[in-house]
Amino acid sequence: MSAAARRAFAPNWAARAGFAALALYVVYATAQLDLTWARLSIGFGEAGRLFARMLPPNFARWELLAEGMLESLQIAVLSTALGILLSLPLGLLAARNIAPWFVAVPVRGFIAVCRSLHYVIVAILFVKALGFGALAGVAALTVASMGFIAKLFAEAVEEISMKPVEAARAAGGGTLAVLIHAVLPQVASRFTGFCLYQLDSNLRNSTLVGIVGAGGIGGTLFAAFKRFDYDFVSAILIAIIALIFLAELLSGRIRAAMR
Amino acid sequence: MAVRDPAAPLRREWHRFTPAERLARWALGLVCVAALVWAVRAIDIIPEFLADAPEQMADLLVRMWPPDLAHYYPAVHVALIETLHIATLGTILSFFLAVPVALMAARNICRVKALNLLAQLILVSSRSVNSLVWALIFVAVFGPGPAAGTMAIACRSVGFVGKLLAEALEETAPGPQEALRAAGAPWGHIMAKGIWPQVQPAFWGIALFRWDINVRESAVLGLVGAGGIGVVLDDAINFFQWERVATVLLAVLAVVVVAEVVVTRIRARLI
Repeated sequence: MSAAARRAFAPNWAARAGFAALALYVVYATAQLDLTWARLSIGFGEAGRLFARMLPPNFARWELLAEGMLESLQIAVLSTALGILLSLPLGLLAARNIAPWFVAVPVRGFIAVCRSLHYVIVAILFVKALGFGALAGVAALTVASMGFIAKLFAEAVEEISMKPVEAARAAGGGTLAVLIHAVLPQVASRFTGFCLYQLDSNLRNSTLVGIVGAGGIGGTLFAAFKRFDYDFVSAILIAIIALIFLAELLSGRIRAAMR
Repeated sequence: MAVRDPAAPLRREWHRFTPAERLARWALGLVCVAALVWAVRAIDIIPEFLADAPEQMADLLVRMWPPDLAHYYPAVHVALIETLHIATLGTILSFFLAVPVALMAARNICRVKALNLLAQLILVSSRSVNSLVWALIFVAVFGPGPAAGTMAIACRSVGFVGKLLAEALEETAPGPQEALRAAGAPWGHIMAKGIWPQVQPAFWGIALFRWDINVRESAVLGLVGAGGIGVVLDDAINFFQWERVATVLLAVLAVVVVAEVVVTRIRARLI
């Protein structure tokens, strides 16, 4: 063993070089983005004024708030249900051990596209195509749900044991019988888990799609921002955080009960 | 004493679930159906819009074809680079904010209960507010531009990074820390040599994972004026230049896919 290797806590020059490169990048990028200290300090002054105007939150227009929150909730429920419904066949078709490759590859591509496009971008396109309102929000979040659930579902199906499948086939089961009795029982619990997670994230996202006109509380929030109604903005933000916190608590409970 | 019937256990009727479990499952199903029915009935959907939806979608796609590839350079390209800067710088900044909070949230490092709770509160509120909402706030603070986007990405990431980092910190083995403490090492040395080597893989994994998410998120921040490619996208949509919209979407798609591939590669080599 050489003397250098025996040193406890030998300096790691590669890591140091990496950190130096990262620091250089930060300097370069801040210059590129025109992030100067003067600008930040002005910003912090503005932040103080903004915060002062946000307090106290103004719940006087609670009816508008409740209406928006309910619509967000509806968008979340509907898009999750539609997403689950569409993900079931898509996930099965994308699993390479169930579907032939000439089906699985294009379906995988479709799922990848669904997942890669941010739901707000999809929402914009649907607003243009379907008009303003909750329908566009439902459609956009359905696409996002499909991307997430179908991908994970396909991966879960690819990990199943093929023995029950062979047994069902050997016993003369048709495609549908094989799927129902040999494939789905093996992935049902994981599928429920993905769906629950997606419901959670759809709830978060449904509070937002309104910013581009796709229904829900986001529209109210954006309008309040544009009118400088900062005390109403803070009321809406508090309501959203409370709803999401509640949903997280509830889904945590359900997940614990399922185990 | 009566002779026990040896076949009695065999005649017992078996159920997969207890009655209480069956009731719970049934109730859960009912709640799901009720929620669905309520949502379908109450949601404000205009039937005319639904009826001509396929037609409108087809029209939109026709207008997008062919994509205006000439528009890519320089407008889209510059905005794309800006988006990547926002995502990367935002991720780095979020680590500066998240590491102290994570240290405060980890129960084996910070022994003060009140501080643990405070850190948890910071992390939860950061996660609950969406990046676009953060962007709205920071546009009001810094004015439109990439500064607002970078801050929004950073603030949104703190909750995610801090939570995962705190979990990694709590899972570290206490042995090396105790050894260093016994040898008289100060706090900084315990952190650098007792804890950092243990959380390093998790740290880089979280950084890559979050950077990948941030690349996606930063692409839309421009819609509220926070810089990046979203601004170009918003302009093209507002002027109904659908060929340009198609170009921007293709560019975003390409960057997202490349980012995912890069992250997967680096992660495979690193961890």
